[in-house]
Amino acid sequence: MTRVGIPQGLFYFYHYPLWKTFFSDLGAEVITSGPTSRQTIDVGIDHAVDECCLPIKVYFGHVYQMMQQQPDYILVPRLISTEHRSYICPKFMGIPDMIRATMPDCPPLIDITIDCSRETRQLWRDIYQLGTLFKASRKSTKAAYEHGLQEMRSLRVLVRQGYTPGEAMQLWENNGEGQTLDNNSDICVGVLGHGYSLYDPAISLNLIQRLRDLGCKVVLLESCSRDLVEQEAARLPKKVFWTLGRKMLGSALVMDQSEDIDGIVYLACFGCGPDSMVGDIVSRKVNHKPFMLVTIDEHSGEGGLLTRLEAFCDMLRRKQVRELESNIPAYGFYAHSH
Amino acid sequence: MRVTFPHMGFMHIPIKSLLEGLHREVVVPPPITQHTLALGIKYAPESACLPLKIGLGNYIEALEAGADTILMAGGWGPCRFGLYAQVQRDILQELGYDFQMVILEAPDSKISQLFDQLKRLGEKVSFFEAVQAIRFAWYKTAAIEKAEERYLFTLPRTIDKDRAEQLWDQVLLGIDQAKSRKAVDEILNQALQAWDGLPLHHEPVLRIGLVGEVYTVLEPFSNQNIARNLGRLNAEVSNSIQLTEWLNDNLFKGHLIKSRTPHINNCARPYLPCSVGGHGRETVGTTVNFAHQGYDGVVQVGPLTCMPEIVAQTILIRVAKEEQIPCMTLYFDEHSGNAGIQTRLEAFTDMLRRRKALQTENSDFQQGGTCSAVLSRG
Repeated sequence: MTRVGIPQGLFYFYHYPLWKTFFSDLGAEVITSGPTSRQTIDVGIDHAVDECCLPIKVYFGHVYQMMQQQPDYILVPRLISTEHRSYICPKFMGIPDMIRATMPDCPPLIDITIDCSRETRQLWRDIYQLGTLFKASRKSTKAAYEHGLQEMRSLRVLVRQGYTPGEAMQLWENNGEGQTLDNNSDICVGVLGHGYSLYDPAISLNLIQRLRDLGCKVVLLESCSRDLVEQEAARLPKKVFWTLGRKMLGSALVMDQSEDIDGIVYLACFGCGPDSMVGDIVSRKVNHKPFMLVTIDEHSGEGGLLTRLEAFCDMLRRKQVRELESNIPAYGFYAHSH
Repeated sequence: MRVTFPHMGFMHIPIKSLLEGLHREVVVPPPITQHTLALGIKYAPESACLPLKIGLGNYIEALEAGADTILMAGGWGPCRFGLYAQVQRDILQELGYDFQMVILEAPDSKISQLFDQLKRLGEKVSFFEAVQAIRFAWYKTAAIEKAEERYLFTLPRTIDKDRAEQLWDQVLLGIDQAKSRKAVDEILNQALQAWDGLPLHHEPVLRIGLVGEVYTVLEPFSNQNIARNLGRLNAEVSNSIQLTEWLNDNLFKGHLIKSRTPHINNCARPYLPCSVGGHGRETVGTTVNFAHQGYDGVVQVGPLTCMPEIVAQTILIRVAKEEQIPCMTLYFDEHSGNAGIQTRLEAFTDMLRRRKALQTENSDFQQGGTCSAVLSRG
């Protein structure tokens, strides 16, 4: 049986159900590199150039760990664009070539190009070609891909209920068994960030769970109404041309106006291009809610993050009490540091 | 309406000439200094890349000098340059400056859209005058590039390096002030003759290709004047990017002169088959091209955290091995110091010289050198 390895980094949290279903339907065995560990990060730092951002380094680590399991192929898609006239990030466009340049002895890469910025015909051509790798007919390839899309949508439904994509993935794989959300929280925090860093507990230093442990209900951008997000994002003089950046900006504006949300936390990666611009725009446009920007890299410590989150939550609670006591609105607050 | 724009190398000379041809009053920002950079750092987002910060400093200094309109280029991703103007405008507005920003977006398909954008900038300008202005600005750019080529050729070969540099500064000043084609020609020819008359030495000269992100390649302040430093180390630098080429490819969509891009893309294909935004693919392609042309080494420059250049840098590791060309990557930010860069350049040129000497020795035995090295900052 052909074994296809899927590294558990970058767009894993968005696209894993799609590719898992697709390859399984085509009769391949799908293996993953496992959750990110300290070792993954260390190996990644060794193989990637110093200037890469942390999620890319972690991805290099995953590919390396994947290689140890000796799969027949490793899926490293070239992700250019997932929608019309929008991009992800230049690094995603060159990642298969970056992997080949730094790990010459890796198994063949499935570097399917995903580019929906102009037309999707080429994408379908590539998918059919991918099917021939597994000796599948066009019809069964198409069916497998559509089945995959369907599974990806079912995952999105779970995420919209408030699960993180990581938790939703567990529920999806174990057919609905997994941790349930408890609702004893007194403050509600909107958390933004690129999914591949925010939803990977090793990269984000478990930011989401830490906030929950501090008694917060966490609202993610996936649970905001899509139309509303797009509508808000379109209010800017120029549309942000990064898909994830635009969604983050739109959700930040939605959260800024939402009555249920007490504060907003933005997780940025050091060296991330979109974060450096979008983070700044968001901090300028969020005027009604306390906002905190946290920048992380491979040197970030848990202690520092925890202290900042505690201080942020304490501040939100004090603000709540004060607003109850007096009707004077407390104005925006902006903190920014590493 | 007093128009200003950001600096990028000697770009202010043709742009000033163009805008004056369109009957606009121009405020050229003061030359970039540490003070410019300090202003940029103070107000720009901390993790934004260097060109945004220097550009912001330019605007502030120009607005203080009386400008009220900023001319800036736009763009549509995936490199963050496309959002520069938006972020800079927000920052300047928050600082309380009164100005308007004109953002030139590259036309999707038709060249006439660009002419329209330019014409709107002008005041009571006929189509004929607009075309004249563009052509004269283009003429100046081409003349400066011709001078630059000779300057970069002469600097490493002459004993009198101070004089060679002086001549270059004079050419820039002279062409900036020239009012007619004849005056431009005169200044250019004088300088070319003067360079040719400089005394030469007989040491071997290295040939180094300079590749990377366009702003860092073209703006000497942002790259610690790397071409001059290398020239003083007896290394001839070839820029991978010429301003005329860049404008032709990006603003005029290849309508003005024959573009080298298809050839460069072909060179990059085995290593990087698609565009990664910015100058990523060009960096890889020109490096391969330099290797084919027998250059001794390549220096890649870019602003720290530049996304396309990081992709290119990773791929250059493989290019260096397979094409057997030593590559060095230098990233610049506001903390870059001249002494550090100087040491790295000296080490790199020493290594290239040693490698070259080994190769000539070995070539008698038909072996060829296989030594290659990749250095990266860190």
